[in-house]
Amino acid sequence: MKSGILTIMKKELARFFGDKRTVAGVLLPGVLIYVLYSFMGTAMGSVFGVAEDASIQAVRLPQSIAAAADSAGMALTEGSEADLPAAKALVTEQELDLLVVFPEAFDQAVADYNVASGEPAPLVEVYYNSVSTTSQSAYMTFTGLLDSYESLLANKFDVNAGEGGYDLATAEDSTGAFFAMMMPMLLMIFLYSGCSAVAPESIAGEKERGTIATMLVTPIRRSDIAVGKILALAVITVLSGASSALGTILALPKLMGGAAGEMDAAIYGIREYLLLAAVILSTVLLLVTLVALLSAFARTVKEAQSYAVPLMILVMVLGITGMFGGGASQNLAMYAIPLYNSVQCIVGIFSFSVLGSGVAVTAAVNGAATLLGVFILTRMFNSEKIIFGR
Amino acid sequence: MKEILQVQGLTKTFRLSARQQRLERTGEKVRRAVDGLRFSAYEGEIFGLLGPNGAGKTTTLRMLSTLIRPDSGDALIDGASVVRQPEQVRSRIGFLTSELKLEECFTPDYLFDFFSDLHGVDRQRREQRKEELFTRFGIDRYAQVKAASLSTGMKQKVSLVVSIVHDPDIIIFDEPTNGLDVLTAKVVTDFLRQLRDQGKTIVVSTHIFSLIEKICDRVGVIINGRMVLCDALDRVTAGESLEDRFFEIYRETAGDGV
Repeated sequence: MKSGILTIMKKELARFFGDKRTVAGVLLPGVLIYVLYSFMGTAMGSVFGVAEDASIQAVRLPQSIAAAADSAGMALTEGSEADLPAAKALVTEQELDLLVVFPEAFDQAVADYNVASGEPAPLVEVYYNSVSTTSQSAYMTFTGLLDSYESLLANKFDVNAGEGGYDLATAEDSTGAFFAMMMPMLLMIFLYSGCSAVAPESIAGEKERGTIATMLVTPIRRSDIAVGKILALAVITVLSGASSALGTILALPKLMGGAAGEMDAAIYGIREYLLLAAVILSTVLLLVTLVALLSAFARTVKEAQSYAVPLMILVMVLGITGMFGGGASQNLAMYAIPLYNSVQCIVGIFSFSVLGSGVAVTAAVNGAATLLGVFILTRMFNSEKIIFGR
Repeated sequence: MKEILQVQGLTKTFRLSARQQRLERTGEKVRRAVDGLRFSAYEGEIFGLLGPNGAGKTTTLRMLSTLIRPDSGDALIDGASVVRQPEQVRSRIGFLTSELKLEECFTPDYLFDFFSDLHGVDRQRREQRKEELFTRFGIDRYAQVKAASLSTGMKQKVSLVVSIVHDPDIIIFDEPTNGLDVLTAKVVTDFLRQLRDQGKTIVVSTHIFSLIEKICDRVGVIINGRMVLCDALDRVTAGESLEDRFFEIYRETAGDGV
């Protein structure tokens, strides 16, 4: 009995370890997950670590808080009550990260306050802009500091307990930030899913079924087969991706319920949608080409799908970079990195901070990478080792 | 007779993987599948390539159809080189092997049109040829049925038909009756004879002696990648049965084992 189990086990393990491609397909995701999590840790660390660089203005800053903020490494500048509207406008425009307004004689008012009196406690107002990651981070750090101080004083003051309106981001900025955070990853995954659903079947499937060789004995050029397949797959992927993206754009505000009450995808104009279309098209062509290359290398559809797993993880990692970047990169060189450039463009388009030259570079770079991929695919179609699996 | 196919020292070597070496218990890192092959085929004849499995027949036909490239040597098909003018070669030949399959989600009608487009056949000629071939092979009743629902024999007929949509002058057929029922096999062999009578050149590879005896005008015996005999069928058999003659040749060439 035991030897039977061992025999079966040995056969299964021999089959697995005897195929280097399968071994690589199984083990590579671990490496990529390590890279993904390391990257996410670094990215999140950078988001939560920006408070020290934040510009914070305080009105009627008391000595007690100034000392606590100083020991926490936060540099505060003093503002006047008269400048309050202008300072709020600066927060809205993301020129100032945090505006903190203390009541008159804060330390004395806190000392005099009787919790049992039922009177409203002295109120500290902290204005921030949720669209800015620096402002958001500074808000969390500073309110954390106030909460700690409040606990020491037996809750003798309140923070942002008034009518609200402390988030000074405009509805348009909030919508933009929300979409800019969500859409890069979602769009990249939608587009990837669309192409990974059809490309392996179209190329590895044809190899597996022996139908590709039937085409290769006709006078059609190998490059025509490669281009024809990639364009057809791109059309299907664009349809699939567009359907998913449209559904998401329309449904996201509803999904967010009250939190997204003022969100509306209609804030985006024809320019944004045209730029998005250009980015999606160049991205789809590149993704389809990459999956097509993996599929041509694979002997079966199943093998092609396992090869595509690392690419899926890479696409997810790149999509996630859009969630932590704090807006589109303004460095044009970043747009020379295929697929990463797509994410940066999508972030920029949805947050109204897109670089026109960035979109142009993205389209050119992804287009050039696609052409290179088509060239390689054509060579692969000419290779008997690839077509007949020798 | 006009020499249509001229094979000039075709050679093909395959690298053996470590796994293949283990399986075949050999230290050889490369295997010469086809070794300096030379033969000719003429207008209006059926040339049979006869040999045991692994002799190099399929590799030879794949080189002739430009699916794989020879390491050295060349073959001229109606003047076009398989090495230097593969697209011209492909437009002049019809190539069929049981390894080539049809997309099962399409109908014979669609597949005929698709391959006609790939071969650049114009609409009028396409429709005329479709009617002629579909009627000849009894495909017309199944023209709108997806290939997945067709019988094996009917699929083979459709494969044959789509490989000759462009009415090529040279037809290369690897194991033409492999896996066919007797009725379909007869339809195919009758059709090959008919094409020969129309002046086409047909090259078939097979290990079935009776097929060679039935349809071939000339035969080439290939053993271990080498052409050991190539002549008219009656001169090869020299009054004996082809099977007896083949095993004589095999013993003389490959030694024991039979």
